[in-house]
Amino acid sequence: MTRSSLLWFARHEFRLSWRDAAAILFGGSLRRRLIGGTILVLLFGFFHLLAYSVLNPALRDGIGPDPRILTLVTGSALLSWCLLLSQGIESVTRAFYARGDIDLILSSPMPAQHLFAVRIAGIAAGASLIAIVLAMPVLDVLVVLDGPRWLLSYLALASLGALAAAVAVAITAAMFRLFGAARTRFIAQVVAAIIGAAFAITVQAAAILSFDDPSRLALLGSEWLVARAPPPDSLVWIPARALLGDGTSLALLLAGSLALLTLTTAIVAPRFATYAAAAAGVAAQSPSGPAAHARFRSRTPARVLREKEWVLLRRDPWLISQTLMQILYLLPAALLLWRSFGDGPNAPAVLVPVLVMASGQLAGGLAWLAVSGEDAPDLVHTAPVSPGQIVRAKIEAVLGAVGIAAAPFIIVIAALSPAIALVAAGGIALAAAAATAIQLWFRSQARRSQFRRRQTSSRIATFAEAFSSILWACAAALAAQGLWALALISGAVCGLALMGVRALSPRPAT
Amino acid sequence: MSPSPVPALAIRGLTKTFDRPAVDGLDLTVEAGRFYALLGPNGAGKTTTLRMVAGLIRPDAGSIRVGGVDALADPVAAKRLVAWVSDEPMVYDKLTPLEYLEFVAGLWSMPAPVAEAEAHELIRRLGLEREANRRCEGLSKGMRQKVALAGALVHDPRLIILDEPLTGLDAAAARIVKDVLLERVRAGTSVIMTTHILEVAERMAERIGVIARGRLIAEGTLEELRCQAGTGGSSLEDVFLQLVGDGRLAA
Repeated sequence: MTRSSLLWFARHEFRLSWRDAAAILFGGSLRRRLIGGTILVLLFGFFHLLAYSVLNPALRDGIGPDPRILTLVTGSALLSWCLLLSQGIESVTRAFYARGDIDLILSSPMPAQHLFAVRIAGIAAGASLIAIVLAMPVLDVLVVLDGPRWLLSYLALASLGALAAAVAVAITAAMFRLFGAARTRFIAQVVAAIIGAAFAITVQAAAILSFDDPSRLALLGSEWLVARAPPPDSLVWIPARALLGDGTSLALLLAGSLALLTLTTAIVAPRFATYAAAAAGVAAQSPSGPAAHARFRSRTPARVLREKEWVLLRRDPWLISQTLMQILYLLPAALLLWRSFGDGPNAPAVLVPVLVMASGQLAGGLAWLAVSGEDAPDLVHTAPVSPGQIVRAKIEAVLGAVGIAAAPFIIVIAALSPAIALVAAGGIALAAAAATAIQLWFRSQARRSQFRRRQTSSRIATFAEAFSSILWACAAALAAQGLWALALISGAVCGLALMGVRALSPRPAT
Repeated sequence: MSPSPVPALAIRGLTKTFDRPAVDGLDLTVEAGRFYALLGPNGAGKTTTLRMVAGLIRPDAGSIRVGGVDALADPVAAKRLVAWVSDEPMVYDKLTPLEYLEFVAGLWSMPAPVAEAEAHELIRRLGLEREANRRCEGLSKGMRQKVALAGALVHDPRLIILDEPLTGLDAAAARIVKDVLLERVRAGTSVIMTTHILEVAERMAERIGVIARGRLIAEGTLEELRCQAGTGGSSLEDVFLQLVGDGRLAA
């Protein structure tokens, strides 16, 4: 294989990645692309302004490698790196299991290990790009306010991206050897989700419990942590020093990351074909789970549809883990509320907004699965059941599942305060109904396995779902505190927002 | 069995336009108890026509009557009589074939004892006994296609609509499916099928319709089609190519 053909393949990979990203960011009609692009530019500008407002006062004292800054930068970098690693594991798993062009590559006369090496390099480039884009507002402001030495930080970020990709490749390959192709996909996805969420949540929860502050910076910049940090000349600080623009540390980080990436690529790329073939074998002959014996019962079509949704969900541990992971992110908020307001007579009321928010998110996910993630849409729509009955049955399945998940909490709150339990139940019902309605308005047929991509398939639906859950959580929190007038205003705002979202939703195809 | 006077399917002036007309004033009649093959080049409008009959797409104009029932005025009543199988088997990965059949029977409100007996018979007839209680995620495409077909047959439809049903089936499985379909036709069920395997249409179908650019351009028995194409004694492939305008490819 010549260098030019390697470059040609790299260009091909870049083109595919770019089109994928562009479809997610700017997909749809010209109007949608314009709206998406404008929102993106505005968000970028907003984050630059935010970075300026935080950094401008901080730069008066200068930013240097003192112990507090080193701890803060290392902690923040580790947080971001965990996300990169999580993303990297997902990308590598996708590369093994997505059969799109694996058969073509393996049957072509090109040496497969070279092509896979390019693919791994692509994953590293993707991780580096994510790191750079996320840090860009901060670094741009630092370059303007504190000088061009901060441009070196971009290289440090690229090194961290390469390091994350190298570790992700190594972890996924190790999982293949340890667990086999059949189990690796599920385990890798769960591991990626845990790595992505666990560190951020742990740091935030620790900050809340120790410092009553939801900000992760409270813990990372605390005297307590600085006092327990390694000495300033420790190798632990190399990434932080590199990010702060120290040339020697940057050279070490860059060399170390590239060496590790090269080594992992050299080891894994030749085995990539074996892993991909094993994964393809799994796709063709996937494990069929435990045997189940059907019980034929005479039921109404609506009940048949409801029970089908529940069985499919119950039998898919990956979907359950993905759904519950969304709720995990609400734990720090619950902790903060409990720490702040959990001692008064209205103590149970502090859980109400978290429960309402979690229920909205849960309902959104389940509604997507029931409505858009219907794996046999033709069968359901050719059945002698009216479309209204089908939709009603699916809504009942979603709300029933949310009700079952929320019931234990409501019972506990009811034991402490029946009135607050009633408010919580009402808020949960409204948030779940709103999230379900949004998913119905923005339905678009997809496979259940695409659940993770649902948030990118319609940005309006994703934002609307989160916004509506937050507003219903606010309304319920206010009502639980007896502030009914404010609760009604919050509810009315949410109602108006939902009407706006309904107007923006696409017309159902006929 | 003598055909019922009420046609299994009567389509009049059926029209559907997406970016361009997909089905353009189509008239088509399938008598009860007949095996009808709908042929046509890619993009001719076959699948769109059948999806409209199955109630998956609403036509822009025209009428569809299934077993005498107006499918546009009373779609639920029409759907009771129809089964639809697409070329891509749509079954639930996390259900077993028997659970899938129980689900379909429930959607068609079948009495449980009848559904159970029918489901077990279909599982046996289609050679799915070993897979009956295994989740569909472990089944090959051919097996899944057989499960989907069993789902279409379990509620004893009067009209079975099949869009390329033999895709992905090996020779033995294809033979079983063809035999099961012919048994149903002999029992009075009507089958309308699209296929690109002209040999299958030639051997199984009593009547053949050829559709091009959304219109029915020829229809009849194989012999009648030969006459219409002016290719006496030739194969269906030659007749088809002659009719759809690729006559230079015909032998």
